[in-house]
Amino acid sequence: MKQRLDRRDFLKLAGLGGAVFVAGCADMGAMSSARALDDFYFVQLSDTHWGFEGPPNPDAAVTLKKAVAAVNALTKPPDFIVFTGDLTHTTDDPSERRKRMTEFKAIVADLKVGDIHFMPGEHDASLDNGQAFKEFFGETHYSFDHKGVHFIVVDNVSDPAARIGDEQLAWMEADLKRQPNDARIVVFTHRPLFDLAPKWDWATRDGDRAIELLMPYPNVTVFYGHIHQENHHMTGHIAHHSAKSLIFALPAPNSQPNRTPLAWDPAQPYKGLGFREVTANVPRAEFAITEMPVVKA
Amino acid sequence: MNRAGKRRRAVLGASTSVIALGLAGGYAVAQSPRVIKVRARKFEYNPKVIEIKKGESVILELTTDDVFMGFNVPDLHVRADIVPGKISQLHLNLQQEGRIDFLCDIFCGDKHEEMQGYLMVS
Repeated sequence: MKQRLDRRDFLKLAGLGGAVFVAGCADMGAMSSARALDDFYFVQLSDTHWGFEGPPNPDAAVTLKKAVAAVNALTKPPDFIVFTGDLTHTTDDPSERRKRMTEFKAIVADLKVGDIHFMPGEHDASLDNGQAFKEFFGETHYSFDHKGVHFIVVDNVSDPAARIGDEQLAWMEADLKRQPNDARIVVFTHRPLFDLAPKWDWATRDGDRAIELLMPYPNVTVFYGHIHQENHHMTGHIAHHSAKSLIFALPAPNSQPNRTPLAWDPAQPYKGLGFREVTANVPRAEFAITEMPVVKA
Repeated sequence: MNRAGKRRRAVLGASTSVIALGLAGGYAVAQSPRVIKVRARKFEYNPKVIEIKKGESVILELTTDDVFMGFNVPDLHVRADIVPGKISQLHLNLQQEGRIDFLCDIFCGDKHEEMQGYLMVS
């Protein structure tokens, strides 16, 4: 796996396992001595689309369950798990939407790690402005702290026009103002905050305003979903990393006229699907990403 | 933002929105633009290929048969909401030949991702 790097110290690729070491530029001396500085890791799963049926994944009924089993089999359990949206596949029927969320919740209840953070994707939330999602999973945007890292969950899908919106941006601004300048900040969101591929609706209409709020902070990393593949991008000093899906893979941005799913390969089932481990080195503001398959070969 | 995007201007009415593009020599609206009706419905535009002559002044009249939709032309940096029961308008005068993609940018359901088309300027 090779990638063209935007900044020499940004990514160092390590081996064939897909590990990406994200180097920060933190001044360790500036860290508050009162802050917990333990290394830890979390797991990101994304775009499970529970309820999807179709040729791009003839194994859709069990893919999520296999991913849950794979996470449970990790030698050392993660501190927490985050699902970055599109938990369920969309439906016009509100009762069917709730049925899918009920089933999804029952499946992920088998995860041994109890600390799980959810956020919606447009398939979960755009047709009812997040109403059903809130009934099952709580707020669609929030923040939390873990071992010296401030995590901000940004909802850019409850508005079907893919806007974060003035109200949430004001909340985000107030939340950031409570952080010291050297805070280690991680943003979880569903859509890319930057214009990755507007022709494919791979953007957030007011994402530039969120990035503007984040820019004064030197240690910011964004993890998102939506595009069903890995993508690594810099906006200034802010790194954005998209995750693989757990239902079907999509083509590289703007690589073809339409964003149709990549065909399922019976010879290599689950190719292009997976989840990731993210290991935080808090003092150095580094996040090491290791891509994991649904099923080990 | 490209040259077209920099020069876009918007005129908003009570029930219609008009986004006019002035190209190649400044802002200009042709006197008798050709009106092209574009109907949106889940999950397609009709027509999905809109043929326009280079330099021709056209107005796209956008309506929806069912739900709230969008009509976004990212390469031109223009878009319009398509609200049920209303007509939205996009005024275009394109000076460059080629294909220009458009898409629905308001999530509208299961096959929203397939709701797209293109302008063919010749």
